[in-house]
Amino acid sequence: MTDEALEQKNSKLVTKLLLIVIGMFGFGYALVPIYDVFCDITGLNGKVASEAVAETSYEVDESREITVEFITSLNKKTPMIFRSETNKLKVHPGKYYTVNFFAENKTANNMIAQAIPSISPGAAAEFFKKTECFCFTEQTFSAHEGKTMPVRFVVDPELPERYKTITLAYTFFDNTKVVTN
Amino acid sequence: MSAVVTEHDDHHDHGPEKGILRWLFTTNHKDIGTLYLVFALAMFFVGGTMAMIIRAELFQPGMQLVEPQFFNSMTTMHALVMVFGAVMPAFVGFANWMIPMMIGAPDMALPRMNNMSFWLLVAGVLILASTLFMEGGAPASGWTLYPPLVLQTGNALPFAVFSVHLLGISSIMGAINIIATIFNMRAPGMTLMKMPLFVWTWLITAFLLIAVMPVFAGAVTMLLTDGFFDTSFFDAAGGGDPVLYQHIFWFFGHPEVYIMILPTFGVASTIIPVFARKPLFGYSAMVVATVAIAFLSFIVWSHHMFTVGMPKAGELYFMYATMLIAIPTGVKIFNWTATMWKGAMTFETPMLFSIAFVVLFTLGGFTGLMMALSPLDYQYHDTYFIVAHFHYTLVPASIFMIQAGAYYWLPKWTGHMYDERLGRLHFWLSAISVNILFFPQHFLGLAGMPRRIPDYAVQFADWNMISSIGAFIYGGSQLLFLYIVIKTIKQGTGEKVSDEVWEDAKKHGLEWTLPSPVPYHTFTTPPKIIPTEHI
Repeated sequence: MTDEALEQKNSKLVTKLLLIVIGMFGFGYALVPIYDVFCDITGLNGKVASEAVAETSYEVDESREITVEFITSLNKKTPMIFRSETNKLKVHPGKYYTVNFFAENKTANNMIAQAIPSISPGAAAEFFKKTECFCFTEQTFSAHEGKTMPVRFVVDPELPERYKTITLAYTFFDNTKVVTN
Repeated sequence: MSAVVTEHDDHHDHGPEKGILRWLFTTNHKDIGTLYLVFALAMFFVGGTMAMIIRAELFQPGMQLVEPQFFNSMTTMHALVMVFGAVMPAFVGFANWMIPMMIGAPDMALPRMNNMSFWLLVAGVLILASTLFMEGGAPASGWTLYPPLVLQTGNALPFAVFSVHLLGISSIMGAINIIATIFNMRAPGMTLMKMPLFVWTWLITAFLLIAVMPVFAGAVTMLLTDGFFDTSFFDAAGGGDPVLYQHIFWFFGHPEVYIMILPTFGVASTIIPVFARKPLFGYSAMVVATVAIAFLSFIVWSHHMFTVGMPKAGELYFMYATMLIAIPTGVKIFNWTATMWKGAMTFETPMLFSIAFVVLFTLGGFTGLMMALSPLDYQYHDTYFIVAHFHYTLVPASIFMIQAGAYYWLPKWTGHMYDERLGRLHFWLSAISVNILFFPQHFLGLAGMPRRIPDYAVQFADWNMISSIGAFIYGGSQLLFLYIVIKTIKQGTGEKVSDEVWEDAKKHGLEWTLPSPVPYHTFTTPPKIIPTEHI
């Protein structure tokens, strides 16, 4: 093979390989939406719908009792008080319940905060429906303001038999800096 | 390295340039191979020093020597330096030296890019090392760089990210070069299925590299923008998810561990037949097994994250897919054993290391199978059991085979024989101490000792002390390796080595048809490939 032919062959191959490299870099980023879509469809990872569902009536299954646990947490640097009025509630699938959460801004400044919900076991997330939640939008607190915020939810009677307990966890994040920038 | 005129390249042959510029500007595959190997050896000692600091701190419970933050930096940097600075470059060094000689090519296909990829590696590692002196210390979140913890790194974060970018570009360029060399530079008659297995394993490794290094580069770029530009890829507050990082990381991370083990298999498949004086058993099965392992490496990543809360279907899928890998790997172990079976074996240092590799790598593989069982993994996750497992697959596998390759090829490269007595001493010290070092870590892990902690409960004290003693012996015996290598390069035992160095090695590969020491330029006219039954 002549040098020139070899050079041509090399540059052709290198171009192809570089395209793979660029493609794979893009694929890394593509994993982000793929992951979100995948979690949305399957409800994996406890990712729950960030929008309210319309209140529909279900047939209440009085024979079944599910324990719903509530966990509230703050990131270390979030200067808030955050708790739920109850830690645990026994519920019947199909029946609507309202639980109040309380959050207070401990600083002397306005605060914009966002609560992020998570449900475990993750696969139960799609059966846990909220018609009202403070986590759907950012919450604004003026200095030292405390708010009582309701969450209204229903457990879909379709929930598979093996689930006896569902844990709903909220973490409040202080988003003031990000939003005002 | 003097230029010996041979029948192959008696026209326009010139030796290397003189002085330091030779090494800065060289485009010769042998020079670049040497640079990679010397650099890898240096980093082996840097990473090893960090390991010694870790084991010294863990010698007794309680805090003795270092601050916890620095300890965590040490575990992180030890891993990054060993993976990206020692093991990968050492194999690239072998690839540079041996692939052209094994396939009858005069040099690598893209010699100038070859030079650039080496110096980018140096730049990348220097940037990484510089983070040790920055405010907030070096990255201390483990080599996996999980957010949100990694985002608490001080000034070092952007430097660590840029360092990963450079290391990634360097290995991608190296990989492209290797693929181009193998596809376009083979001597006439050297068909793909005649290539030595070392070349095959590297071809597949190179494809793994160009497929996953860009993904890792993307993942750390997301970390960077999350840290400094208010994106929320992994930040729950902005709608992101830290678990997503784990998925992206391990999509890279699992093939990455095979990037370190496939060339290891290649070196073993090269050495074992020579000292068993038999052709490699099941050559095509070996090629197929390598391809199968590489393919499976892309679809098993979540077995690193069984405990993040996957649904049962996911756990099951990743469990079964992971266990599948045992089949092609088992084929390999079987073939190496069958190669040795009834062979006229001799036990020179490279062979000793290879036999130890087959035995100890199998052990590491078995613990891997245990961890593949997702219900059991809940006990093993993030404990010393994991540490024991991957060190068994990296130290007595990758490191042993790098050293075996060095013993095996050094006489060819330098024309000097290494000191066999010292080589065997180095082997026995390493093989015994590596087990004192890592075997007790299985017990520690099963008993519940978490990884990446500077202090531990007193019930773990005894095995930790034994493990640390093993570490000091192992670390110390590597100085012997350094001494042997330097002595061999200088004058060796004074014994003149023949062209084929090892008995009948000519039957096993083209490189042994060249004179020892190898001239600066080889195969400027392609060699004739004599049909052999397999090498």
